Amino acid sequence: MGETSLLEVRGLKKYFPIEKGLLRRVVGHVRAVDDVSLRIDKGKTLGLVGESGSGKTTLGRCVLRAVDLTDGEIVFHHDGLSTDLAQLTRREMREFRKHMQMIFQDPYSSLDPRKTVFDIVSEPLRINKVASGKALEDRVRTALEHVGLDLRYMKRYPHAFSGGQRQRIGIARALSINPQLIVCDEAVSALDVSVQAQILNLLKDLQEEFNLTYLFIAHDLSVVEHVSDDVAVMYVGKLVEQAPTDELFTRPRHPYTEALLSAIPRPDPDQPLPESGGIEGELPDPADPPSGCYFHPRCPYAQDICRAEAPPLLEVAPGHTAACHFSQELELQGLEN
Amino acid sequence: MTFDLLLEVKDLHTYFELEEGTLKAVNGLSFAIKKNRTLGIVGESGCGKSVTAQSIMRIIPRKNSRLRGQILLHHDSGAVDIAQLDEDGDQMRDLRGREIAMIFQEPMTAFSPVHTVGNQIMEALFVHGETDKRAARERTITLLDEVGIPAPERRIDDYPFQLSGGMRQRSMIAMAIILNPRLLIADEPTTALDVTIQAQILRLMKRLQRENGMAIMFITHDLGVIANMADDVAVMYLGKIVEYGAARQIFKDPKHPYTKGLMRSIPKFGATEGVHLATIKGTVPVPLDPPDACPFASRCSEFIPGRCDAAMPEAVTVAPGHSVNCVLYE
Repeated sequence: MGETSLLEVRGLKKYFPIEKGLLRRVVGHVRAVDDVSLRIDKGKTLGLVGESGSGKTTLGRCVLRAVDLTDGEIVFHHDGLSTDLAQLTRREMREFRKHMQMIFQDPYSSLDPRKTVFDIVSEPLRINKVASGKALEDRVRTALEHVGLDLRYMKRYPHAFSGGQRQRIGIARALSINPQLIVCDEAVSALDVSVQAQILNLLKDLQEEFNLTYLFIAHDLSVVEHVSDDVAVMYVGKLVEQAPTDELFTRPRHPYTEALLSAIPRPDPDQPLPESGGIEGELPDPADPPSGCYFHPRCPYAQDICRAEAPPLLEVAPGHTAACHFSQELELQGLEN
Repeated sequence: MTFDLLLEVKDLHTYFELEEGTLKAVNGLSFAIKKNRTLGIVGESGCGKSVTAQSIMRIIPRKNSRLRGQILLHHDSGAVDIAQLDEDGDQMRDLRGREIAMIFQEPMTAFSPVHTVGNQIMEALFVHGETDKRAARERTITLLDEVGIPAPERRIDDYPFQLSGGMRQRSMIAMAIILNPRLLIADEPTTALDVTIQAQILRLMKRLQRENGMAIMFITHDLGVIANMADDVAVMYLGKIVEYGAARQIFKDPKHPYTKGLMRSIPKFGATEGVHLATIKGTVPVPLDPPDACPFASRCSEFIPGRCDAAMPEAVTVAPGHSVNCVLYE
């Protein structure tokens, strides 16, 4: 089971304290990530979707230990060893940072404007003391070549580049250290469609070449469908459904997933958004979530039990989990091609 | 047919004089918006979509900019050329809000953070002659209710930061439609929203259009949104319209290499796993002193040397109501 998996997250929790008053008394918690478990196989892409505020970015940052978690395990399989990253001290964690990198959404704010492309791309190598001198320069060159950036640009500053090129610089930076896992947080969301396609293709090529594993966080479901092998859906900090991509999109088992799918505007005037139906309302305040199933106030299928009891995440088909009291009974609508 | 016309833009140019040269943001644009219909303007960032909208609203700072061409707003009694009006004059001020209103991508920038949402929505009523404060408040509450804001009698006294992104967008729509404008210009109004909220806002706009009979100019880079909202579509590239037609014509039978490229570069559901997306090479250039040629020539896969870079192609009618500016169809 664990042979092919690169990363297993078990029971991950990240609570942010809500402080009040002069003494910063803790009056409650925002459960940004609440008991999430998932697994990513080596060389595969797990898509993570959900509305803003659902906790997807926090989950991505926890996996990299960019923020400390409240509880849970992050088991990283490498070189025949399994290590729970959650147990490591900051110093011990350094060794593992080489294996995991991140690509950010905004190519305008994620690159230091005072550093040259060379400085930016070489940074992970220098910090982790992987290479220096000539070897460092060679690694940077290779990384830039892989992302299709002209080597003459090495001494330039980020402002001289377009959004697409900046995103390539960000990818080169992540790639330079030969990581196993890359967390892509809305990596193509800020790009124009024609440039977005170039970057998606690039990510795919790099994955094949280096057997990279991606945790792909995005709100654009058509992009997620395109890149992911499996997709996990989050709602107010909880995982509500996870399945192989095709199955999730054609046969969703959670009403929230169905609602997300039905809200995607298709680029076809003959397939308009439904005039009625769909979900009303907005994501509840994660500091004060509803009782029972968090989705029940917006769910068209909600029953009494949904208001009272939180549904457990159960396997509804092989490799397909859903957290809904009625996932076996409901005939939910997926997308037809 | 002319009585159906609401707004006619003829050979519009909006140039910005910069140190580096002339930035031709809008460069010879002609299109028409019909009553009660939605014109979608689609294109990538930097193609001049927003400057077009701002030119019609006359909210482009005069400093360093030049506006040329006609923007005819038709009335039963005749037409007004907005391009000729003084942007700070009474006539333009009266026109804004009452005849043409606009909503933006980021409502936080449209609202002042220090006044309540209600006061800002009501302001238009007072500016345009309302004197009864209670009536204005009543009207605003009704309107907030109409755009789907729960408990409007309480929300009216909220400040913008107290509302969620979706609620702010609804409030901005309320602010825009309070005077029943004949044209609503929507500049990427749902781009910053989640897909579920986007679907709600799009539905709301359609309903308001049905009820109020206003025309909408819908600007977006999102082809899915355009397909849902637009009756007619203008595809813009570098300050020019390269293809124009009914939405069905543009989506089912795109002609211009740029339109085709855009359509191919969006991921399709159910497409075979591992397939590469088609791309358009390069990026949108900056229109600084652009040559008088097809704006797409530098990125086009069907580029013909000596023709595409020689002159701007004329519009060719390929089907009734469907035109394309490309030498391939001449």
